[in-house]
Amino acid sequence: MKTKHLHILSETEKLDLVRHFIHEAARRFGFDEESASKIMLAVDEACTNVIKHSYENAPTKGIDIDIVTNEKRFEIVITHEGRPFDPDSVKTPDMKKYLSQYRRGGLGIHLMRSLMDKVEYRTSRDRRNEVHLVKFLPTNSDH
Amino acid sequence: MSNFKINVRESSTINVLDLKGYLDAHTAPDLEKAFQNLLEEKKYKIVVNCRELTYISSAGLGVFMAYIEDVRRNHGDIKLSNMSPKVFNVFDLLGFPLLYDITKDEAEAIEKFTSVKK
Repeated sequence: MKTKHLHILSETEKLDLVRHFIHEAARRFGFDEESASKIMLAVDEACTNVIKHSYENAPTKGIDIDIVTNEKRFEIVITHEGRPFDPDSVKTPDMKKYLSQYRRGGLGIHLMRSLMDKVEYRTSRDRRNEVHLVKFLPTNSDH
Repeated sequence: MSNFKINVRESSTINVLDLKGYLDAHTAPDLEKAFQNLLEEKKYKIVVNCRELTYISSAGLGVFMAYIEDVRRNHGDIKLSNMSPKVFNVFDLLGFPLLYDITKDEAEAIEKFTSVKK
Protein backbone atom coordinates (compact mmCIF):
# COMPACT_ATOMS: atom_id res chain seq x y z
CA MET A 1 0.00 0.00 0.00
CA LYS A 2 1.32 3.44 -0.93
CA THR A 3 0.15 6.86 0.18
CA LYS A 4 0.58 10.47 -0.91
CA HIS A 5 -0.55 13.53 0.97
CA LEU A 6 -1.50 17.14 0.26
CA HIS A 7 -2.73 19.74 2.72
CA ILE A 8 -4.51 22.86 1.50
CA LEU A 9 -6.35 25.81 2.98
CA SER A 10 -10.06 25.93 2.19
CA GLU A 11 -9.84 28.37 -0.71
CA THR A 12 -11.11 27.79 -4.23
CA GLU A 13 -7.81 29.23 -5.44
CA LYS A 14 -6.17 26.00 -4.27
CA LEU A 15 -8.27 23.79 -6.58
CA ASP A 16 -5.66 24.16 -9.29
CA LEU A 17 -3.03 22.68 -6.99
CA VAL A 18 -5.35 19.80 -6.05
CA ARG A 19 -6.02 19.00 -9.70
CA HIS A 20 -2.30 18.86 -10.53
CA PHE A 21 -1.64 16.62 -7.53
CA ILE A 22 -4.42 14.18 -8.40
CA HIS A 23 -3.83 14.13 -12.14
CA GLU A 24 -0.13 13.39 -11.78
CA ALA A 25 -0.70 10.63 -9.20
CA ALA A 26 -3.46 9.02 -11.28
CA ARG A 27 -1.31 9.00 -14.42
CA ARG A 28 1.66 7.54 -12.50
CA PHE A 29 -0.61 4.86 -11.08
CA GLY A 30 -1.47 3.77 -14.60
CA PHE A 31 -4.73 5.46 -15.54
CA ASP A 32 -5.00 6.78 -19.08
CA GLU A 33 -5.47 10.50 -19.71
CA GLU A 34 -9.27 10.23 -19.90
CA SER A 35 -9.60 8.37 -16.59
CA ALA A 36 -7.05 10.62 -14.86
CA SER A 37 -9.09 13.66 -15.96
CA LYS A 38 -12.28 12.10 -14.60
CA ILE A 39 -10.69 11.37 -11.22
CA MET A 40 -9.29 14.90 -11.13
CA LEU A 41 -12.74 16.37 -11.78
CA ALA A 42 -14.37 14.21 -9.09
CA VAL A 43 -11.81 15.37 -6.53
CA ASP A 44 -12.27 19.00 -7.60
CA GLU A 45 -16.02 18.56 -7.01
CA ALA A 46 -15.49 16.98 -3.59
CA CYS A 47 -13.09 19.75 -2.47
CA THR A 48 -15.39 22.45 -3.86
CA ASN A 49 -18.24 21.02 -1.77
CA VAL A 50 -16.07 21.02 1.34
CA ILE A 51 -14.97 24.62 0.76
CA LYS A 52 -18.44 25.95 -0.12
CA HIS A 53 -20.75 23.88 2.06
CA SER A 54 -18.82 22.22 4.88
CA TYR A 55 -16.70 25.30 5.63
CA GLU A 56 -19.14 27.83 4.15
CA ASN A 57 -16.31 29.59 2.33
CA ALA A 58 -14.23 30.26 5.46
CA PRO A 59 -10.76 30.47 3.88
CA THR A 60 -8.54 29.56 6.84
CA LYS A 61 -9.69 26.00 7.44
CA GLY A 62 -7.73 22.95 6.47
CA ILE A 63 -8.38 20.15 4.03
CA ASP A 64 -6.24 17.02 3.88
CA ILE A 65 -6.10 15.00 0.72
CA ASP A 66 -4.62 11.53 0.87
CA ILE A 67 -4.15 9.09 -1.95
CA VAL A 68 -4.05 5.47 -0.89
CA THR A 69 -3.25 2.90 -3.54
CA ASN A 70 -3.36 -0.84 -3.33
CA GLU A 71 -2.98 -3.15 -6.33
CA LYS A 72 -5.64 -1.84 -8.74
CA ARG A 73 -7.43 0.34 -6.23
CA PHE A 74 -6.87 4.12 -6.29
CA GLU A 75 -8.53 5.83 -3.37
CA ILE A 76 -8.63 9.51 -2.48
CA VAL A 77 -9.59 10.46 1.06
CA ILE A 78 -10.56 14.10 1.64
CA THR A 79 -10.63 14.96 5.34
CA HIS A 80 -12.04 18.13 6.89
CA GLU A 81 -13.47 19.43 10.16
CA GLY A 82 -16.40 21.31 8.72
CA ARG A 83 -20.05 20.41 8.62
CA PRO A 84 -20.57 16.78 7.67
CA PHE A 85 -22.25 16.15 4.39
CA ASP A 86 -25.40 14.10 4.26
CA PRO A 87 -25.33 12.20 0.98
CA ASP A 88 -28.94 11.14 1.41
CA SER A 89 -29.95 14.77 1.09
CA VAL A 90 -29.01 14.60 -2.58
CA LYS A 91 -30.83 11.94 -4.53
CA THR A 92 -29.58 10.97 -7.95
CA PRO A 93 -31.86 13.16 -10.01
CA ASP A 94 -33.73 12.58 -13.21
CA MET A 95 -31.46 14.98 -15.10
CA LYS A 96 -34.01 15.99 -17.72
CA LYS A 97 -36.49 17.00 -15.06
CA TYR A 98 -33.74 18.48 -12.93
CA LEU A 99 -32.37 20.63 -15.73
CA SER A 100 -35.78 21.77 -16.86
CA GLN A 101 -36.30 23.15 -13.38
CA TYR A 102 -33.00 25.02 -13.71
CA ARG A 103 -31.78 23.70 -10.40
CA ARG A 104 -28.21 24.51 -9.72
CA GLY A 105 -27.07 22.67 -6.61
CA GLY A 106 -26.22 19.02 -6.39
CA LEU A 107 -24.58 18.82 -9.80
CA GLY A 108 -21.21 18.11 -8.21
CA ILE A 109 -22.47 15.12 -6.25
CA HIS A 110 -24.08 13.71 -9.35
CA LEU A 111 -20.83 14.14 -11.29
CA MET A 112 -18.78 12.46 -8.55
CA ARG A 113 -21.10 9.47 -8.56
CA SER A 114 -20.91 9.26 -12.35
CA LEU A 115 -17.13 9.57 -12.55
CA MET A 116 -15.99 7.30 -9.73
CA ASP A 117 -16.58 3.63 -8.89
CA LYS A 118 -17.35 4.41 -5.27
CA VAL A 119 -18.21 7.54 -3.27
CA GLU A 120 -18.56 7.29 0.51
CA TYR A 121 -18.92 9.72 3.39
CA ARG A 122 -17.68 8.89 6.87
CA THR A 123 -17.32 10.69 10.17
CA SER A 124 -14.48 9.54 12.40
CA ARG A 125 -14.65 9.42 16.20
CA ASP A 126 -12.62 12.61 16.49
CA ARG A 127 -15.33 14.33 14.45
CA ARG A 128 -13.26 14.64 11.33
CA ASN A 129 -15.31 14.10 8.23
CA GLU A 130 -14.06 12.08 5.32
CA VAL A 131 -15.05 11.79 1.70
CA HIS A 132 -13.76 8.60 0.08
CA LEU A 133 -13.51 8.41 -3.70
CA VAL A 134 -12.44 5.12 -5.27
CA LYS A 135 -11.55 4.19 -8.83
CA PHE A 136 -10.19 0.85 -9.97
CA LEU A 137 -7.73 0.36 -12.79
CA PRO A 138 -9.46 -1.51 -15.61
CA THR A 139 -8.73 -5.24 -15.42
CA ASN A 140 -8.66 -5.71 -19.20
CA SER A 141 -6.07 -3.07 -19.84
CA ASP A 142 -5.32 -2.23 -23.44
CA HIS A 143 -1.69 -1.73 -22.56
CA MET B 1 -3.08 33.83 -10.45
CA SER B 2 -5.80 33.52 -13.01
CA ASN B 3 -5.98 30.55 -15.30
CA PHE B 4 -9.26 31.57 -16.87
CA LYS B 5 -10.02 34.37 -19.32
CA ILE B 6 -13.14 35.66 -21.00
CA ASN B 7 -13.15 37.75 -24.11
CA VAL B 8 -16.44 39.45 -24.93
CA ARG B 9 -17.32 40.26 -28.52
CA GLU B 10 -20.40 42.43 -28.41
CA SER B 11 -22.54 43.47 -31.31
CA SER B 12 -26.01 44.88 -31.67
CA THR B 13 -27.52 41.46 -32.24
CA ILE B 14 -25.43 38.52 -31.08
CA ASN B 15 -22.79 38.54 -28.36
CA VAL B 16 -19.99 36.02 -28.20
CA LEU B 17 -18.09 35.03 -25.08
CA ASP B 18 -14.77 33.33 -25.76
CA LEU B 19 -13.76 31.19 -22.79
CA LYS B 20 -10.16 30.20 -22.23
CA GLY B 21 -8.57 27.96 -19.60
CA TYR B 22 -10.00 26.46 -16.45
CA LEU B 23 -13.58 27.15 -15.38
CA ASP B 24 -14.01 25.97 -11.79
CA ALA B 25 -15.40 27.22 -8.47
CA HIS B 26 -12.64 29.81 -8.33
CA THR B 27 -13.17 31.27 -11.78
CA ALA B 28 -16.95 30.76 -12.18
CA PRO B 29 -17.69 34.21 -10.62
CA ASP B 30 -15.87 35.82 -13.57
CA LEU B 31 -18.29 34.15 -15.97
CA GLU B 32 -21.25 35.16 -13.79
CA LYS B 33 -20.09 38.74 -14.02
CA ALA B 34 -19.84 38.54 -17.80
CA PHE B 35 -23.42 37.21 -18.02
CA GLN B 36 -24.67 39.84 -15.59
CA ASN B 37 -23.10 42.58 -17.70
CA LEU B 38 -24.77 41.29 -20.86
CA LEU B 39 -28.15 40.93 -19.17
CA GLU B 40 -27.94 44.43 -17.71
CA GLU B 41 -27.52 45.68 -21.27
CA LYS B 42 -30.50 43.52 -22.26
CA LYS B 43 -28.34 41.39 -24.52
CA TYR B 44 -29.98 38.01 -24.55
CA LYS B 45 -28.60 36.35 -27.68
CA ILE B 46 -25.40 34.82 -26.43
CA VAL B 47 -22.96 32.37 -27.97
CA VAL B 48 -20.33 30.87 -25.69
CA ASN B 49 -17.35 29.77 -27.72
CA CYS B 50 -15.56 27.00 -25.79
CA ARG B 51 -12.71 26.46 -28.27
CA GLU B 52 -10.01 27.29 -25.73
CA LEU B 53 -11.86 26.05 -22.66
CA THR B 54 -9.69 23.25 -21.32
CA TYR B 55 -11.62 22.33 -18.20
CA ILE B 56 -15.04 22.75 -16.64
CA SER B 57 -16.44 21.63 -13.29
CA SER B 58 -20.03 21.77 -12.01
CA ALA B 59 -19.42 25.28 -10.65
CA GLY B 60 -18.99 26.40 -14.26
CA LEU B 61 -22.01 24.42 -15.47
CA GLY B 62 -24.03 26.03 -12.69
CA VAL B 63 -23.44 29.46 -14.19
CA PHE B 64 -25.19 28.42 -17.40
CA MET B 65 -28.04 27.02 -15.31
CA ALA B 66 -28.34 30.30 -13.43
CA TYR B 67 -28.90 32.49 -16.48
CA ILE B 68 -30.62 30.33 -19.09
CA GLU B 69 -34.13 30.85 -17.74
CA ASP B 70 -33.81 34.61 -17.62
CA VAL B 71 -32.29 34.72 -21.09
CA ARG B 72 -34.98 32.52 -22.66
CA ARG B 73 -37.78 34.44 -20.96
CA ASN B 74 -36.48 37.41 -22.90
CA HIS B 75 -36.58 35.52 -26.21
CA GLY B 76 -32.86 34.91 -26.26
CA ASP B 77 -30.67 31.86 -25.72
CA ILE B 78 -27.26 30.75 -24.54
CA LYS B 79 -25.77 28.57 -27.26
CA LEU B 80 -22.51 26.76 -26.71
CA SER B 81 -20.03 26.05 -29.49
CA ASN B 82 -16.62 24.57 -30.32
CA MET B 83 -16.39 22.27 -27.31
CA SER B 84 -13.51 19.83 -27.04
CA PRO B 85 -14.62 16.21 -26.55
CA LYS B 86 -13.31 16.35 -22.98
CA VAL B 87 -15.41 19.38 -22.05
CA PHE B 88 -18.43 18.07 -23.95
CA ASN B 89 -18.22 14.85 -21.97
CA VAL B 90 -18.83 16.74 -18.70
CA PHE B 91 -21.87 18.52 -20.17
CA ASP B 92 -23.07 15.19 -21.50
CA LEU B 93 -22.70 13.38 -18.16
CA LEU B 94 -25.19 15.80 -16.67
CA GLY B 95 -27.59 15.66 -19.59
CA PHE B 96 -27.02 19.24 -20.69
CA PRO B 97 -27.41 18.46 -24.41
CA LEU B 98 -31.11 17.86 -23.69
CA LEU B 99 -31.63 21.43 -22.67
CA TYR B 100 -28.83 23.44 -24.23
CA ASP B 101 -28.11 24.09 -27.85
CA ILE B 102 -24.56 22.86 -28.36
CA THR B 103 -23.18 23.42 -31.85
CA LYS B 104 -20.05 22.30 -33.62
CA ASP B 105 -18.87 25.79 -34.38
CA GLU B 106 -19.67 29.41 -33.73
CA ALA B 107 -21.00 30.10 -37.21
CA GLU B 108 -23.63 27.39 -36.76
CA ALA B 109 -24.75 28.91 -33.45
CA ILE B 110 -25.03 32.37 -34.99
CA GLU B 111 -26.88 30.93 -37.97
CA LYS B 112 -29.43 29.39 -35.61
CA PHE B 113 -30.06 32.77 -34.02
CA THR B 114 -30.48 34.52 -37.32
CA SER B 115 -32.57 31.89 -39.09
CA VAL B 116 -35.19 31.47 -36.36
CA LYS B 117 -37.44 34.41 -35.69
CA LYS B 118 -38.81 34.33 -32.18
